[in-house]
Amino acid sequence: MSTTSTPARTAPRAAAAGRGPGRRGAGVTNVVLLATATVLVLIPFLWVVSLAFTPTEDAFGAPQLIPEDPTLGNFGTAWDANLGQALWNTSVVTVVAVLTNVVFATAAGYAFAMLPFRGSTALFYGLVSTAAIPVSVTLIPLFLMAKQFPLAGGNDLLGHGGSGLLDSLGGVVLPYVIGPMNIFLARQYFSAANSDLAEAARIDGAGEVRIFTRIYLPLAKPLLAVVSIFAFTGVWDDFLWPLVVTSSAETQTVQLALARFLTSGNVQYGPLMAGAVLITLPVLAVFLFNQRAFVSGLTDGSVKG
Amino acid sequence: MAAVTAPAAGTASAAAEGRRDRRSRRNRTRWIGVAFVAPAALYLLVFQLVPVLYGVALSLTEYSPLSRGAPRPVGLANYAALLDDPEFGQALLVTGRYVLMVLPLTVAIALGLALLANRPFRGVGAFRSALYVPHIVSLTVVSMVWLWMYSPDGLFNEWLTGLGLPEQRWLLQEDSALAAASAMRVWKALGSNMVLLLAGLQGIPRELYEAASMDGAGAWNRFRYVTLPGLRPMLTYVVAMDIVYLAQGFAEIYVLTQGGPLGSTTTVNYLIYTEAFQYNSFGSASAMAFVLFALIVSFSGLAVRGISGRKS
Repeated sequence: MSTTSTPARTAPRAAAAGRGPGRRGAGVTNVVLLATATVLVLIPFLWVVSLAFTPTEDAFGAPQLIPEDPTLGNFGTAWDANLGQALWNTSVVTVVAVLTNVVFATAAGYAFAMLPFRGSTALFYGLVSTAAIPVSVTLIPLFLMAKQFPLAGGNDLLGHGGSGLLDSLGGVVLPYVIGPMNIFLARQYFSAANSDLAEAARIDGAGEVRIFTRIYLPLAKPLLAVVSIFAFTGVWDDFLWPLVVTSSAETQTVQLALARFLTSGNVQYGPLMAGAVLITLPVLAVFLFNQRAFVSGLTDGSVKG
Repeated sequence: MAAVTAPAAGTASAAAEGRRDRRSRRNRTRWIGVAFVAPAALYLLVFQLVPVLYGVALSLTEYSPLSRGAPRPVGLANYAALLDDPEFGQALLVTGRYVLMVLPLTVAIALGLALLANRPFRGVGAFRSALYVPHIVSLTVVSMVWLWMYSPDGLFNEWLTGLGLPEQRWLLQEDSALAAASAMRVWKALGSNMVLLLAGLQGIPRELYEAASMDGAGAWNRFRYVTLPGLRPMLTYVVAMDIVYLAQGFAEIYVLTQGGPLGSTTTVNYLIYTEAFQYNSFGSASAMAFVLFALIVSFSGLAVRGISGRKS
C-alpha cells in the first residue's frame, strides 16, 4: 500500500506544504503516534487474513497471527457456500448501478451547472435533499413497489398477480440507479469547469448532447472516478435492502452470502474470513487505485456511507 | 446562466444581434437542460419521494403483506400505540445511547488523528489511506471481524488472559453488548471522520497561525482560538452526518447480536426490520420509521445549531 501511495501523495503535499499548521513538518513523536494508531486500526485486518489461511481444526483455541500450516481450503469452502454465485450477482448489479450513475447522474449535474432552466436551482436542491431520507423510511414502500412492479415477475400491467421484482437482480438494483449525492458532485464539478469550450463548440454548430459527451465528459475523469466509486461501494457494501428484497440463493449478494455463514449454528471462522477477504478485495483494489479521488478535495463533504 | 454568457460584445449592432441570438439559444438550451435532468429527476421522484408519501400512507394503516386484503386505514392509531410501546421506547433509548457512546469518542479520536496526519512528512499519505481502510470495508465484514474478536476464543479474551485478567462475555451479556458494538463502530467511523476533518484543517489559512504565533499564542491557544473556530463548519457537518448514520445502525447489530441479549442492542432500525419482515406489520413499522426520521432530523438540526453557534 505504502509503495503505491507515497509518490502520489507526497507531490501535492509538498506543493501544499504552506497550508495548515504543519508547515514546519512533523516531529518524531508525531510520526510515532500516527504509526501506532495506524497499526492499532489495522490489527483486525491482519487477523482476518490470518484466520482465512488457518485450517479449521486450528481455529479454536489460542489464535496465532502466523498460521502454523497455512491452507487455501477455507477459500474453497467459502466459494462452495454460494459465494461464487453471489459475486456474480453483485457484480452484475454493481455494473448496472455504476453505468446508470455515470450516465444519468452526471448528465443531470452537468445540466444544473451548464444548461440551467427556470426552476432548475430549486429542482437541484429538491433532488439532492432526497439523500437525507433514511433508508428505513423508504424500505417498506420500496419493497411493496418492487413487489408490484408492472410486467415483471408475472405481474400484469397494474402490478398484480406475481412477485414483481422481488428476488430478482432487477429488484436488488432498484434503489441504487441514481444517487442524489452523485448529482450534487457532478454539479459542483461542472460549475467549476470553463464554459468557453461549450460556447465555442456551439458557434461551430455542435449540439448540446455532443458537447457534453465529446468535450466535457472526457475532461471529467476525476468526477467519473468518484461517481463510479461511490456507486460501486454503495451497491457492493449494502446489506439491509438485499436482505429484504432477495430470498433465494440465486439472487443473493456477497454481503448476504457471507452473513449466511453465521446462521449455521457454530460459526466456522476460517471460511467466514476467507469469504470476507474475497468480497473485500475488489473494493480494496478500487480504493487503492483511486486513493487520491477518495482522500482529495473532490469528495469533501461526501465521503460517507 | 453562465453557459450562455458570451464574452464582451463589440459594436452595438453586433451586441443586439448577439442578444437576439443568445435569447433564442437560451430557449433551446432550456429544453435540452430539462432533457438532461429528466431521467434522474423522474427516477428520484418515483423511487425516493413517492416511497416517502407511500410510507406516510402506510403508517396510517394496518397492513400485512401476507394478507389478501388491502391496507386498512386506522388513522393515527399506529403512532398512538408507539407512545406506550415499551419495546419501541427501549429501542429509542438504545439508539440514543449508541449514538452518544460512539459519536464523541470517534470525533475526538478522529480529530487527534487528523491533527497528526496534517503534518507533511514522507509517507503521510500512506497513513491517511491506511486509516481510511475500515471505512472502505463493508459494515457487514467488519462486524464479522469484531464478532470473532469478541468470541470466547477471540482476540480480546486472548489479550485479557495474557494480562492475567478474567475472560469477558462481551456481546453475550446485557450490560456490555451495546458498548462492545459501539467500540466497533468508533473504530469503523474513524477513517471517514478523519479525512473530512483533515480537509477542514487544510482549509484554515496559514496566516492565522502566523498571526497567532506573533501575538505570542502557545500551541494550546492556537488550537483553541484558530484551529477549532476554523474547523467549525466541517465539524458541524461531521457530527450531523455521524448522527444520521449512527441512528440508523442495522447491519452491525444483525451480525453481532441480532438485537440481543434481551433487546439490549435492538436499535430502532433493527426493530423496524423485525416488525416489518418477521411480524409482517408494515403499518406500525412505517410509523416507527417516521418517528425515527423526525428524531434524526431534529437531533442533527440541534447539533448543527449547537456547534455552528446561534445565527442572528
